[in-house]
Amino acid sequence: MSKRRVVVTGLGIVSPVGSKLETAWDNIKAGRSGINRISSDLFDASAFSVRIAGNVKGFNADDYIKPKDQKKMDKFIHYGIGAGVEAIRDSGLEVTEENAERIGVLMGSGIGGLDTIERNYATFLNGGPRKISPFFVPASIINMVAGNLSIMFGLKGPNMSIVSACATATHSIGDAARMIVYGDADVMIAGGSEMGSTPLGIGGFAAARALSTRNDDPEAASRPWDVDRDGFVLGDGGGVLVLEEYEFAKKRGARIYCELVGYGMSSDAYHMTTPSEGGEGAARCMVNAMKDAGLNAADVDYVNAHGTSTPAGDKAETMAVKRALGDHAYKVAVSSTKSMTGHLLGAAGGIEAVFSVLAIRDQILPPTINMDNQDPECDLDYVPNIARETAVNVAMSNSFGFGGTNGTLIFKKI
Amino acid sequence: MSDIEERVKKIVVEQLGVDEAEVTYLSSFIDDLGADSLDTVELVMALEEEFGAEIPDEDAEKITTVQAAIDYIKAQQG
Repeated sequence: MSKRRVVVTGLGIVSPVGSKLETAWDNIKAGRSGINRISSDLFDASAFSVRIAGNVKGFNADDYIKPKDQKKMDKFIHYGIGAGVEAIRDSGLEVTEENAERIGVLMGSGIGGLDTIERNYATFLNGGPRKISPFFVPASIINMVAGNLSIMFGLKGPNMSIVSACATATHSIGDAARMIVYGDADVMIAGGSEMGSTPLGIGGFAAARALSTRNDDPEAASRPWDVDRDGFVLGDGGGVLVLEEYEFAKKRGARIYCELVGYGMSSDAYHMTTPSEGGEGAARCMVNAMKDAGLNAADVDYVNAHGTSTPAGDKAETMAVKRALGDHAYKVAVSSTKSMTGHLLGAAGGIEAVFSVLAIRDQILPPTINMDNQDPECDLDYVPNIARETAVNVAMSNSFGFGGTNGTLIFKKI
Repeated sequence: MSDIEERVKKIVVEQLGVDEAEVTYLSSFIDDLGADSLDTVELVMALEEEFGAEIPDEDAEKITTVQAAIDYIKAQQG
């Protein structure tokens, strides 16, 4: 029996560059930054060394969740549900009694309900244990995006979450595809969501010296491979794909964006936060994905890089691309949409999968913005500043996380 | 309508996200107003907050309708 094939039939996004698919994509193609000063509506950031983030734009939770239910869910759940509902609507999928048990959800988050945890802890400190909300647990735990989506749509197939820091959504999409290949489901709603721009989120990453402190010029703060990069910018949002078994999708006449042909994983086994020497772990991950796809390095047209704008990470990924793709590394286009969205942690792989799929749909490469002075140690074609129309048959999307965990997806035109 | 009655109804409307018109004295939180068990816990917490009372769990279990809530608060305050 030949392997079951997995195709992408729906896309959903909630992000700093917009929360409708075409709006977000237009902003990405135009090279518009979604990075902003942290508004006092979120929290007073004046005492923090980092006062910028990529907060979500153009999102209204009322469009997806009843007001009464919204307060029982952290914002990362709002964003995950928003992106999930958008993706399901985009796919045109109808859940019926007949197919419900064959449709599952795999939605992760890197941190989960940090804001809810912080608020309830403050309530506890001020008022004692009796003041802890009965909704504290279901409002903050990571698998509640998958849980709530299944309840809203009656999706009775596999339902779970993966947590692997900044590789979360990439692993979620990859593992969801495997569930379809293995036969556990015919359709999977997969991706990730995050709301990390809270006092402890910003403060914690700032304490680790991971974030850009370019507070006076937010839109220029995320600048992958530029000599003046000084860390990543935390972003919020969600990114979701609807994945379907190819014959199932064809049978219902679904619009098919592309095929998900490859998925690779690896671990650096090196350091909690620093990438391995020469991008060794990341390179193995890309090679594993190409092996899974049955593709050669020369087949890859585009790499949507992890590209977070950290001094060490960008250099390591450059070396990793060279290690994995050999001479072809100098021919392939590599760009970082994080230059515009910031780094959405557990949602990053989700929105970046969306952009990789749209790059194939529209045959256009999203740019890396803020490339004013390219780092000489980062010498690949990063599609600087301006989107590029070109043939895109195969797109690779990388995500690397704290703990040294790596994930790579490969999408192919069908 | 007494002050206590008004305040209890207001809390029920806010906590359960229902229309004021739906809330009668006989309304059961779970059967009539769509609350689940966690909603009722939160509702009792809101009543405690509003009236500065402490409602033990064994009493809270009996507060299942708007009238029961009003009666309980009145008894406490009396």
